[in-house]
Amino acid sequence: MSRQTVRSADPKKVSSELFTLTYGSLVAQMLKDYESDEEVNKQLDRMGYNIGLRLIEDFLARTNVGRCYDFRDTAEKLQMAFKMYLGISPSITNWSPAGDEFSLILESNPLTEFVELPESHANLKYSNIIPGVIRGALEMVQTEVVACFVHDQLKGDSTSELRVKFVRRLEDAIPAGED
Amino acid sequence: MPVYSVYIVSKSGGLIFHSDFPSLPRVEVEKTFSYPLDMTLSYQNVLKRVVVVFGQRDGVCVGHAVMAVNGVAVTGRLLEDGRDVEAVVADEANYPLSIRFGRPRLTTNERIVLASTFHSFYAIASQLSPEPKSSGIEVLEAGAFRLHCYQTVTGIKFIVLADARQASLEPLLRRLFELYADYALKNPFYSLEMPIRCELFDTNLQAAVEQMERTGISNV
Repeated sequence: MSRQTVRSADPKKVSSELFTLTYGSLVAQMLKDYESDEEVNKQLDRMGYNIGLRLIEDFLARTNVGRCYDFRDTAEKLQMAFKMYLGISPSITNWSPAGDEFSLILESNPLTEFVELPESHANLKYSNIIPGVIRGALEMVQTEVVACFVHDQLKGDSTSELRVKFVRRLEDAIPAGED
Repeated sequence: MPVYSVYIVSKSGGLIFHSDFPSLPRVEVEKTFSYPLDMTLSYQNVLKRVVVVFGQRDGVCVGHAVMAVNGVAVTGRLLEDGRDVEAVVADEANYPLSIRFGRPRLTTNERIVLASTFHSFYAIASQLSPEPKSSGIEVLEAGAFRLHCYQTVTGIKFIVLADARQASLEPLLRRLFELYADYALKNPFYSLEMPIRCELFDTNLQAAVEQMERTGISNV
């Protein structure tokens, strides 16, 4: 689309540092407010979900991609979305034999650029907003998934691994003419 | 290539946005009559309007509703001052009488009903299709206008009523989708599935339509 070429030099694009710092202060504030890491994980996931519900329309409006008819297609489009919104291209690996589960390997995660996780927050899933966004966005295109981080660079792993598992198609919600 | 109206229907079939443009023809004729009135007026229950049923002339057509009598507006079958329209017209003492006829604008309620009816038609059309995986109605042609519909993967329908000579409106429909994603969904105070009351969305929509009318469809 013509819009895409304009966007690469989009003056509205902000530095990823501003985004990273804003996210960092959000998480720090939530840790103060909620006292338990699990509760913060849950809230981050919920926020991500609400963002995903809206972000999907932006993605569809800008990219002109059609409906996915298999999960490999979905994986590729997720990769595309990572490029668009976070400027990174995670690799897709570890397909389950049934083809209903895959991993996104994030070599670098813009959210965690400046973060050192203190030992007192060992259970915190710092980037838990991302799986939430994926879940929300895919729900709007009638695909229910479970997404979570299984490896995290902040916890000493060499890369971050985001596991996405297909649960079911939301048949009732599929719009007319597409079922 | 005028655009008459824009409608947005949510995935559950609710009307969440509608807008008319100045290019929508506004038919109104005011005429002064002397007794006896040489046309037949009748109150129609469905329209809740007093309508011309026979005897059209001088631009007043069958189907036009009485909008005002001697400058006093009409609602339903009564004038604003409480008198019955048909009684006023029948009384010789009231003549000469100036009556304004026109085609009344749809009320918001009527639009909501029409939008959800279209939502069902769209689904019926896709079921009637002889081929699997057919979309629903994309274009609906009528004598005086053409309806263009675009349904997104998420199920939202963008509907544009335009001039019958307008062949394709795909770029404008795509642009509407972008505007919706930008100015409705990115507004944190807009709740999903609810009517869009965002001024920014309105102004940008106006601008997109005006630009299209000025420079042609390819430049939206």
